[in-house]
Amino acid sequence: MQKILTGNQSAAWGAMCARAQVVSAYPITPQTTIIEELADIVAKGLLDAQFIKVESEHSAMAGCIGAQAAGARTFTATSAQGLALMHEMLHWAALARLPVVMANVNRAMAPGWSIWTDQNDSLAQRDTGWLQYYCESNQEVLDTVIQGYKVAEIVNLPVMLVLDAFFLSHTYEAVDIPGQERTSEYLPPYKPSIYLDVDDPHAFGGIVPQDIYMEFRYKMQVAMNEALEAAEQADRDFKTMFGRGYGLIEPYRLEGADYVLATSGTVTSTARSVIDDLRDKGHSIGLLKMKLLRPFPVELVRGVLAGRKRVAVLDRDICVGMGGIWTQEIRNALYHLPEDQRPSVYGYIVGLGGRDVKPETIEKIALDVQKRPIEEGEQVWIGLKE
Amino acid sequence: METLTYLKNFTEVAEEEIMKPGHVACPGCGAALAMRLALKTLGRNTILIFPACCWAVIDGPFPYSACNVPVFQVAFETAAITAGAIRAGLNATGKKGINVVAWAGDGGTMDIGFGQLSAAAERNDDIIYVCYDNEAYMNTGIQRSSATPWGAWTTTTPGKDFKKEKKKNLLEIMAAHRVPYAASTTIAYPDDLVHKFRKAMSIEGFRIIHIFSPCPPGHKALEKDSILEARYAVESRVFPLYEVEAGTHYTLSKNPPQRPVNDYLSLQGRFRHLTEEQRDYIQKNVNAEWARLMHHMRVSEAITNEHPA
Repeated sequence: MQKILTGNQSAAWGAMCARAQVVSAYPITPQTTIIEELADIVAKGLLDAQFIKVESEHSAMAGCIGAQAAGARTFTATSAQGLALMHEMLHWAALARLPVVMANVNRAMAPGWSIWTDQNDSLAQRDTGWLQYYCESNQEVLDTVIQGYKVAEIVNLPVMLVLDAFFLSHTYEAVDIPGQERTSEYLPPYKPSIYLDVDDPHAFGGIVPQDIYMEFRYKMQVAMNEALEAAEQADRDFKTMFGRGYGLIEPYRLEGADYVLATSGTVTSTARSVIDDLRDKGHSIGLLKMKLLRPFPVELVRGVLAGRKRVAVLDRDICVGMGGIWTQEIRNALYHLPEDQRPSVYGYIVGLGGRDVKPETIEKIALDVQKRPIEEGEQVWIGLKE
Repeated sequence: METLTYLKNFTEVAEEEIMKPGHVACPGCGAALAMRLALKTLGRNTILIFPACCWAVIDGPFPYSACNVPVFQVAFETAAITAGAIRAGLNATGKKGINVVAWAGDGGTMDIGFGQLSAAAERNDDIIYVCYDNEAYMNTGIQRSSATPWGAWTTTTPGKDFKKEKKKNLLEIMAAHRVPYAASTTIAYPDDLVHKFRKAMSIEGFRIIHIFSPCPPGHKALEKDSILEARYAVESRVFPLYEVEAGTHYTLSKNPPQRPVNDYLSLQGRFRHLTEEQRDYIQKNVNAEWARLMHHMRVSEAITNEHPA
């Protein structure tokens, strides 16, 4: 079934197709239309789910944790301040190894208040033990919800999928909705291996002495390693069944390119057209779309970027005191390449607080990276006002 | 519905000990005894939710547990929402007949978890919320909470800076939410405690049981005196035992002859510094609160009769 949906509606319909059993959510701009749509879907009987209308995002995530521990598939969605308020519970869901799936609509952090997109909210949750997927289109949002459950339930880690405020959340596109039956063939009903069972009582989350805590963390790392393979497999299987796949990263027109732009989110779509133009003009430049932040696809990124001259990373975020977060991630992944294979990595800060990243902006970066001395490429702010 | 009456004798209390030895509570811990009696009443079809509180430790370190029912340890402020969400998960997966019991201390209930408690009460989540109240952050080493009474020493209300604020009135706040069932009880009256769990189990929706729970290290009291302290709390009217149904229908559970509040204070080193005048001040406050409760009960009953639902 094809429908004209916003990115937010696409997230809701993804949860519907995946038959989320408990939704626990709290409204925040620009996430609200996700939970409005889900409330509507539940009210119309299109999804048989319990909808807990909680009093805060902290409780939204605590609710997912409780319901998931009871053995139900859960869904929630949030944004910015809401995600930050959840921070404690993000750790909790991951360490409790509960495969919660959540949509986060990227929004800049306050103060001053901003409802517009940038990635600082989700990137600040990088180290909580969640998988993170960044989406470029509404179709990708819906498909990533479904794939997210598939991967989360294999590795018992939670999944966050991320979409840009307004550029996706409130923008309409034609979206194919696979429906519950076809989705169930891909994603069978949730059968947890461990849950709160009165017939087999266990205590979860009690005090862990110093001599075993590390092992719990190590098991999370092992699960994250497995998640890379599981995510690739889930995407391949999805493509086989539904004809659409995304990869963990997507190289675009990288054949023989000396220079590479690395992007995530909706900036990618704009960058595609810029790259097309520049290629036509004879520039040796291509595009790398980053989809998965955690687990970071180190080998894939290394494989694609080895032997290039320079990489320009577009960061719609800023780790104040160090620079762009994607820049750090990509540079880190490339460090162990042999020196003659290792490209220089330039960090470009763009589009914070929802400032438009136009084709001209991206073209400027694409040209800048080809000539800027490396010692000036650590952290380049684009389009700053005087 | 069967009308529940008080136990006629203690043979009505289940013989089976669901809570096993091996817990790590301090000697004389009121919270350990409260759990023993509660689990006897709740039975094995029970899921317990512990936020950070003494019971997060008492239950034993991983992989041990003293409770013999599923235990889910949760973040400090999340006992109420987690319990409600576990109920939603059980409903979603078709599991019925399970008591979902949030078991939290006074800090987790009246301070850090207060907003979430209020929300769960307003949503009428189908859970039993238990606050075992030892009147301070005992697990972290006796810091004042909003449940600490006026006059008490704690490590954050030391010396002349003993607590100058009154205890938060949990049951009245919960009654104001018009929840189906709210009750106070304590370990010195096991018949009352068991009765209130049985009654809570017979009602659907949000139920809360507030248990006064002596803490020998925190109250600076003798381990052997925990039951006595709880009994004196009731007899002195410091901690009245009553029930509120639907937020409006009050029942006084116990009404023993009034004991001077000083008998209660004198059992506990945390009140040792109080002068005679300060003790009189506490007595006056206790008398006023009791009079207010009695008045409230009469007025509420009269209004309910005038305006039947």
